[in-house]
Amino acid sequence: MTTPTMTAPAALDRFRLAARAKPLEYLFWCLPVIAYFAFPGNYLLLSQIAITGLFALSLDLIFGYAGIISLGHAAFFGAGAYTVGLLGTHGLGDPLLGLALAAACAGILGFLSSFLLLRGTNLSRLMVTLGVALMLYELANKFTNITGGVDGMPGVEVKPVLGLFDFDMFGRVGYLYSVAVLFVMFWLARRLVHSPFGQSLRGIRMNTLRMSALGVPVHSRLVTIYTIGAAYAGVAGALLAQTNQFVSLDTLGFQRSADLLLILILGGAGHLYGGLIGAIVYVVMNYFLSDMNPQYWQFWLGLILVLIVLFARGGILGTAMQWVESSRQRARTENSA
Amino acid sequence: MTIFFDGIALGMLLFLISVGLSVTLGLMNFVNLAHGAFAMLGGYACTILLNRYGVPFLATLPVAMIVPAIAGVILERTLYRRLYAASDLDQVLFSIGLVFMAVAAAHYFFGSQQQPLHLPAYLSGQIHLPGLDIGVYRLFLVVVGLVVAVSLQWSVIKTPFGARLRASVDNQRVARGMGIDVNRVFSLTFALGSALAGLGGALGVQMLGLDPEFPVKYLVYFLIVVSVGGNGNILGSLYAGILLGVADVVGKYYVPQIGAFIIYAVMVATLIFRPHGLFGRAHK
Repeated sequence: MTTPTMTAPAALDRFRLAARAKPLEYLFWCLPVIAYFAFPGNYLLLSQIAITGLFALSLDLIFGYAGIISLGHAAFFGAGAYTVGLLGTHGLGDPLLGLALAAACAGILGFLSSFLLLRGTNLSRLMVTLGVALMLYELANKFTNITGGVDGMPGVEVKPVLGLFDFDMFGRVGYLYSVAVLFVMFWLARRLVHSPFGQSLRGIRMNTLRMSALGVPVHSRLVTIYTIGAAYAGVAGALLAQTNQFVSLDTLGFQRSADLLLILILGGAGHLYGGLIGAIVYVVMNYFLSDMNPQYWQFWLGLILVLIVLFARGGILGTAMQWVESSRQRARTENSA
Repeated sequence: MTIFFDGIALGMLLFLISVGLSVTLGLMNFVNLAHGAFAMLGGYACTILLNRYGVPFLATLPVAMIVPAIAGVILERTLYRRLYAASDLDQVLFSIGLVFMAVAAAHYFFGSQQQPLHLPAYLSGQIHLPGLDIGVYRLFLVVVGLVVAVSLQWSVIKTPFGARLRASVDNQRVARGMGIDVNRVFSLTFALGSALAGLGGALGVQMLGLDPEFPVKYLVYFLIVVSVGGNGNILGSLYAGILLGVADVVGKYYVPQIGAFIIYAVMVATLIFRPHGLFGRAHK
């Protein structure tokens, strides 16, 4: 009689403990600040990292937590970017308004397409997401009078942030703005995945049948998280459009979706930080490797992907955690012996 | 009518390339997105023999099948095999990785330009019938496609190898227990699929073009054929290939504004309303 009442708070404590910020996390968020002072000439690259990180975070929410495989996540990224581009051409260049509307547009798109994902296996989900992204790509490609087609939308007009900070050509404001948005979005995502809602998503990923038997409304949970993930991707796309002041057709392309999956897997899915770490490694590697031989850097990407699947299933973060865990265990057994 | 026939020829090509994918995906349950890379390999084998060494076109075709088949066996033995039991996701990532590597390797070895292909005189030209102009090469594609479809269907249903394959797929453990060398069966099947992809790639140089981006550009088409036709369903792939080919050619000819949009829409709709494909049986 007493055991359930004893264990329930104990179990909850475990979750609360997991939800508390750890020292390493504080350290991690010092990185963008350090980077600001350490690499003053590279703000464009740094903001690219922040944006890619946010995009990877959006995929992590739907893939790492809810287990929905997507090969078409660029659809929402592009939707966000084009929203900002279109707002700019109509004279509504306020950045924060752009972010909000981009999130709304991508979110609506995600909400509508999420119903296509509820049925079917992983494979058909993969192909439906791919199909939706390709359809958007074709639309953007063909409606040249709205989207500019292959030429993209150059010179997107963006007003100063909060009416105070104008985007400069060195990307300093762009970087600070991207990092600020990333931090806020990350904090929200962190709250989300540690909430009961987030826990139920994990449960769905692990055992869908059992979660529905426990009375969790699986379908509506999946729709919700897919919508949120899409909105996040939309914000990332909007950030890219605002900091580059350019929207190109390749924001919707297959390559972007595939690269994103690679980034997330590289960093480690299902930890939130995995996407950020993956983004740092990917963008920096891209920067150095494509300096050497731009065409062949894809080869190394592919090789990394193959090696990860074969040998390091958790990505960087997952492997590191495993390593820490096993060394802890070794220490424990040595102590007891 | 001529356009219609072009569509059928394109459909045959798509069928030839995709049927190998249909087999690995449907029978062996392996999501091999790198399938187009084998087709590309066949295409390059064909054009290089033809252009650099002057080998006659028809004589290059066997080579275009053997090279990808050997590559397929080697990869299957060393890499793919480890992932048969892995999740769909791992297979997808792994094969995307292979695609990336194949694309970069093709850039490196063959350059990024389109490969030219000069057909022999007896395969170019047209046959004029009342109301219908048929390119000889298109006719050739259709014949090859039909021959492959019939012989494949026949060998899966009638031959001992086909029986072993179906047994290995239905229940690996029991098949092993009955003395079937499942690993060998899978290797051979994989090689066969790769060989057909290579054949399709070589035959397709003239219609689809050939450059390093080939595996990415047409990946969606192959996937559509497989998903619409139903996994592992040879005749289904044939019908789906033809359907897709005709829809693509006719659609791009009459309504170029929406281009490829229709095809993707059809694919998504099919997946939603008939998750096992238009011609697939719902089993498992």
